[in-house]
Amino acid sequence: MSSVTRFTDIDGIMDEIQDGDTIAIPTMLGDFSAVAMNATRAIVRRGRRGLHLVCVPSSSLQADMLIGGGCVASIQAGAVLLYEYGPARRFIERFHDGSLIVKEATCPAIQAGLTAAQKGVPFMPLRGLIGSDVLRVRAEDWKVVDNPFPPHDPIVVVPAIHPDVALFHAPMVDELGNVWIGRRGSLRLMAHAARKTLVTFERRYEGDMFQDHTLVPGLLAAHSVTAVSHQPRGAWPLHFGDEYAEDVAHMQIYAEAARTQAGFDAYVERYVAAAATEMAR
Amino acid sequence: MSAARDLLFIATFARLLAGRQHPLVGTNSPEPACAVLLARELAGNDMRVTILGSPRHSYLSDDLAELFDSAARGVFDAFFIGGGQIDGQANVNLVGIGPYPALEKRWPGSHGTPLLYMMIPNAIIYVRAEHTRKTLVPKVDFISTAGVSDARVHRPGGPVAMVTSRCVFRFDRARGRFALASLHPGESVEDLRSNTGFDFDVDALLGETPGPTRQMLEVLRDKVCPDISHLYPQFAARIGHEADRQLRTAQSLPAS
Repeated sequence: MSSVTRFTDIDGIMDEIQDGDTIAIPTMLGDFSAVAMNATRAIVRRGRRGLHLVCVPSSSLQADMLIGGGCVASIQAGAVLLYEYGPARRFIERFHDGSLIVKEATCPAIQAGLTAAQKGVPFMPLRGLIGSDVLRVRAEDWKVVDNPFPPHDPIVVVPAIHPDVALFHAPMVDELGNVWIGRRGSLRLMAHAARKTLVTFERRYEGDMFQDHTLVPGLLAAHSVTAVSHQPRGAWPLHFGDEYAEDVAHMQIYAEAARTQAGFDAYVERYVAAAATEMAR
Repeated sequence: MSAARDLLFIATFARLLAGRQHPLVGTNSPEPACAVLLARELAGNDMRVTILGSPRHSYLSDDLAELFDSAARGVFDAFFIGGGQIDGQANVNLVGIGPYPALEKRWPGSHGTPLLYMMIPNAIIYVRAEHTRKTLVPKVDFISTAGVSDARVHRPGGPVAMVTSRCVFRFDRARGRFALASLHPGESVEDLRSNTGFDFDVDALLGETPGPTRQMLEVLRDKVCPDISHLYPQFAARIGHEADRQLRTAQSLPAS
């Protein structure tokens, strides 16, 4: 593995993702969606199998598409849904037929597990959860210990989450591979926790963003970034903040198609299978 | 829900928020988002609000850690939790119906509630679905987050009220029971008992849930709806229209 950030195309990004990898993916909720949809379609085209999704901390279209595409063995998330477009039907159907392992979770526990990995410590305590069945069904992974300090109250600890890959779409990358993430601090968190970080991005920044002190607080440093790929409109059909809005008509097409596996497969045939559709939109 | 019912929810939430300093509203929550902005106007702007997902009403400078850290150290003093299934101990189920994991119906998941509901005081539960024995159950099929905790457990937060399509309940944390606080227009205690899966107390001063005041309707139409349309455009248009309709046609409106 190279010590400098590699600039590549979408195939170069895909070469970094193997069957069975644990992949951290971001929520679409935020100033910009941060969801690498071009890369997601490429994963479906490549036919990756047995992926373990860690949603940071929830997912919508991306997780549903990867599940429908047969790429996913397990998922943990605070929630999986298409928001105003309704339930995530591929997620629900695979949960019911038992072909998808759903590791019941909650957003702050995923954040805490990634934080432990980021800090290089084996676990992280967090408040809440006691009395929840989420904790009960995750008892093999999550523990309740006594606070070693007064008042010695019970507290939940969760183990570090070490994804193989963090994958997201960012607004801007400079010549060195530094990534501007604004206030999406969860992107920095997943990059620091993961073994490899793969970033697709909207536009290039000429120069070194670390020399602009107004940008520095919103940066993910290139030393945490494995490979980047320039993918304009790479979050489509999700929104990307001020740059482009959610494609409402297309989201409705997806939500309707994905009600059944046959509908989903037809959707993939039309919008995902041919890489050329990326260029044609 | 009808626009009139949405307005009743918003007015009720705003009254419940009186005196609060910093309510938190989660994602996918249009009625609470309108209610906190309304409550802030009614409080003469002496209130901070955080509406997740809103670029205009969230001053979190980090999108995930800061939210849960802030909740855990007591920054927020009110919170809304929508429930798929709720029982008489205020346990909330957001995971699904049936014996887990053999669910008959799967929902999206527990979100952040296992932490937020335990850490943020003055949580308001609301049920958008019709108030029936299917939603208000004797015992939830899955506890996403628990209504009450053992005395040893650090728990500054928890529920104070629940708003449904038929009524408003108060929650008595010490007793771990709901008490009926007001009935929506047209409802009776008998109807409520036959449509509720758990036993509850009835407040001595039981009255009718008041609708929005003239001031609330004007603030909603003129300030809140134009503001929240950046997040919920269709909802804002519908509520603004209904507020205007009620202002023009209502025979009498509550004074407070």
